[in-house]
Amino acid sequence: MSRRAQARVLHVALAGGSLLTVLPLWWMVAASFMPTGEASSFPPRLWPSHVTAEHYASLFGRLDVARYAGNSLLIATATTAISVLLNSMAGYAFAKLQFTGRERIFRWLVAALVIPGQVGMLPLFLLLKQLGLINTYWGAIVPGMASIFGIFMVRQYALSIPDTMLDAARIDGASELRIYWELVLPSCRPILVTLALFTFMGTWNDFLWPLVVLTDGEMYTLPVALANLVGEHVQDTELMMAGAVLTVLPIVLVFVVLQRFYIAGVMSGALKE
Amino acid sequence: MTRLGALVHYPLALWIPLALAGCAGGAAPPHEVRFWAMGREGEVVQQLMPTFEARHPGVRVRVQQVPWSAAHEKLLTAFVGNAMPDVFQLGSTWVPEFHAIGALAPLDTRLDGPTPAQLDDYFGGILDANRIAGGIYGIPWYVDTRVLFYRTDLLAQAGFAAPPADWAAWTASMAAVQHLVGSGRYAMLLPVREWQPLVILALQSGATLLRDGDRYGDFQSAAFRTAFAFYLDIFRRGLAPVEAEGQIANLYQDFAAGFFAFYISGPWNLGEFAARLPADMAGRWSTAPMPAPTGDGPGISVAGGASLALSPGARDPDTAWQLVEYLSEPATQVSFYRLTGDLPARRSAWDDPALADNSHARAFWTQLQHLQSPPKIPEWERVAGKIADYADAAVRGDLTLDAALAALDRDVDALLEKRRWLLARRAAPPPDAGHPAGS
Amino acid sequence: MSGSGVARFNPAYALVGPALGLIAAFFFLPVAAAFLLSLTDFDLYALADPANLRLIGARNYVALLRDPLFWVALRNTLYFVVVAGPLSIAVSLAAALLVTPAAVRLKGLFRTLFFLPVVTSLVAVAVVWRYLYHPRFGLLNYALGLIRLGPFDWLGDPQLAMPAIIAMAVWKNFGFNMVIFMAGIQSIPERLYEAASIDGAGAWQQFWRVTVPMLAPTFFFVGVMTLIGNFQLFAEPYVMTQGGPAHSTLSLVLYMYEEGFRWWSLGYAAALAFVLFGLIVAVTLLTRVRGRQARDGAVTVGATP
Repeated sequence: MSRRAQARVLHVALAGGSLLTVLPLWWMVAASFMPTGEASSFPPRLWPSHVTAEHYASLFGRLDVARYAGNSLLIATATTAISVLLNSMAGYAFAKLQFTGRERIFRWLVAALVIPGQVGMLPLFLLLKQLGLINTYWGAIVPGMASIFGIFMVRQYALSIPDTMLDAARIDGASELRIYWELVLPSCRPILVTLALFTFMGTWNDFLWPLVVLTDGEMYTLPVALANLVGEHVQDTELMMAGAVLTVLPIVLVFVVLQRFYIAGVMSGALKE
Repeated sequence: MTRLGALVHYPLALWIPLALAGCAGGAAPPHEVRFWAMGREGEVVQQLMPTFEARHPGVRVRVQQVPWSAAHEKLLTAFVGNAMPDVFQLGSTWVPEFHAIGALAPLDTRLDGPTPAQLDDYFGGILDANRIAGGIYGIPWYVDTRVLFYRTDLLAQAGFAAPPADWAAWTASMAAVQHLVGSGRYAMLLPVREWQPLVILALQSGATLLRDGDRYGDFQSAAFRTAFAFYLDIFRRGLAPVEAEGQIANLYQDFAAGFFAFYISGPWNLGEFAARLPADMAGRWSTAPMPAPTGDGPGISVAGGASLALSPGARDPDTAWQLVEYLSEPATQVSFYRLTGDLPARRSAWDDPALADNSHARAFWTQLQHLQSPPKIPEWERVAGKIADYADAAVRGDLTLDAALAALDRDVDALLEKRRWLLARRAAPPPDAGHPAGS
Repeated sequence: MSGSGVARFNPAYALVGPALGLIAAFFFLPVAAAFLLSLTDFDLYALADPANLRLIGARNYVALLRDPLFWVALRNTLYFVVVAGPLSIAVSLAAALLVTPAAVRLKGLFRTLFFLPVVTSLVAVAVVWRYLYHPRFGLLNYALGLIRLGPFDWLGDPQLAMPAIIAMAVWKNFGFNMVIFMAGIQSIPERLYEAASIDGAGAWQQFWRVTVPMLAPTFFFVGVMTLIGNFQLFAEPYVMTQGGPAHSTLSLVLYMYEEGFRWWSLGYAAALAFVLFGLIVAVTLLTRVRGRQARDGAVTVGATP
């Protein structure tokens, strides 16, 4: 097959593949704008007969979706900010500073990556109850404030910070904390952005833990509210799709704008393994 | 601490979420009553609140709607997490369970007030479900029992002028309707995740479900077996579809389209049918009490419904109780009925023309005189789940009838093991007479 | 806090302390507590009154082995792992092979589109797919109907429910591994392909003789990560089928969630969690051994992975 024919086949396959991939999301958006009942018509439609925003109005009006979005935003932002800070501190220390047991502790941490998060979930719930954190934003934030994966990511990257730069600063009499704050953080900016992205997206999309720890309806995050909505309104397809769009849209936007960092992070994780 | 010092230098972006995060969900103004209501009731009860708030100035009721599918676990999670609302709705079959964990405040002292006659105004079978160890722990809010919803026109076309009064007539009419509507459609809808229809049949057959003071399963008894066989037979003969819960049931569309003609359901569908069925369906359906195994009188149905309960940790128990009283007033019960179609738990509310003239509600009135509660044990919800599971397995043919019953007995026995241990411990005299008994 | 002048307090501890402290308190401590819990019969009664708690040692684990639902959940989870894993990896590799060649235009666009499902919320996606799978109004059955297949009761037929969930899970996650494969493919030196083509190897043979062996470490990495993730199947069955129909989509984590958070049989749920943990560890170790064997084998034998 000639080069050009090969390229054509490739592009056709790619177009087909991406069409299939995007189709469910397309239907989700289209259905959210359909008038009530149209999403259940047969044959199924891929395009609303006339575009209506009534379901979005319903979500924001009757169902108070702005509050859930606000909760999601708050929890995701706080978790991201704190975890980027704490993980980068620890990651840098594991990479560049000497302390007893450094290698051993790090190996144990990496081994612990295998432990599924759900194992400790129930006792964690009881622990947070003792601390009075059930049904509070902190209860949703606290478990995500430091993560082994985050420390790992930063440490791998921080290994490549030139020691000479750090030593020079030490000779000048800078404290370790100052070195971290003024030298290391800026050097690690790419990985920090990636880590922030991972954490923000992961926290926003997190479902099980907020489901369990936030008992008050007003505290629900978007995914939890959506699942709740499904429980009651499963017959209202279009409304459900509007809710799904609202849950998905912010993250998709963040991703599209910052995908360079995200993809780089995924790739670097693979290569440095 | 250096950490604190460092905190001062953090950019503003960090402070704002931290500060906001400090606002826990629990802080609330005084005289606010948190009320959790489930399902459709949760959506609608909000409309009754302005009247209550007008009567009690300074009081605000915050209603949270919880879907039934998640209600049980949300309540338990909230209890464990010390985040219970002040007033909450719960299924009446959950009362023993929540009482066992101490999530319900006793209500007897409050009921000994100026209206002692109030208790008599409730349907006996329904109130009984809320009575544990002689004390009242829930106030029935609305009554639920299952009756037969059916298509009058399809039944008439099949040659039956009246709804079936006994199992024989029921089978005959279902077969006739099935014949009429043809393949691809059915006579009755029996969602396999619901335990109520099978338990109703069992109670009607005289099965006790559990034996020995509710310590063991009694599912291999002749009575239960009869009921189970009857239930399975409905599916075997193609009279009901083997349906799944994952499938989004478009119940109302299907009923209107004649996809099925019989449906065992509760009073919430009185309102839903009226609201969601197309207008031309108005005279073509009705309700009837459950058929009995033999012809003498209507069959028993299961006592259900929801109660209102008070949390022992309520911050303002008196105001919370006032909300319960308000919702229990006959006038409020009637308003509630108008909004939801849920049937009032108080008999006097039924005198209102809205109900007295409602022909569909009449079947419920009759049925409410013939009720039985399932065993009032904390593990009931799990036992019911097991019943539904094994019924499902038998209906799909994964297990034979006998295998299903044996497995059900085995699983339920295992579920009740802790209960047996606790009862045995309570019965045995404590070794040291100075200590009070265990729980 | 100045560096070397002060007494021996190592500033590294200040940097490492907060993160490690939090991880210890909110991860390791609960995991240890879960192990202890699994040795008791902690349940609702015990919640009400600690006197109702019994230390029962390994009885939870024994009961687990005798519990038919445990075996169902295990079987379903293994079904998912064994099918969704390789399928997802194959699809990811295929997508990566499609997007990486230099001849491809709009590479970034395609890569983004393929990656889009990864960043969406699982709950939202599960809700959408629930409607797509509707036997009468769903897009999938409609499309299949156009080529005279079906209709299938995707989420209602116990035989089809797990495949339906697998399909959705593959769709959701293939983009992630695709990107990793892309990195791996791009790092294969061009001269290897040139050498193979000089030897007369066609595109297909080049794939097997060059691409696949060079991607072996990537396969390993992707494989292990996917494996561990797949064992933790939860949100899809929770939102789409609640473990049904007839428990055909009950996964281990879902079972653990139900026992733990629905019925508050915490002792039993903790035992379930540890069995899952043990399973994952065992399988991970197994892949390490196999991986080492494969690597040793690849060095001596040559192209066979």
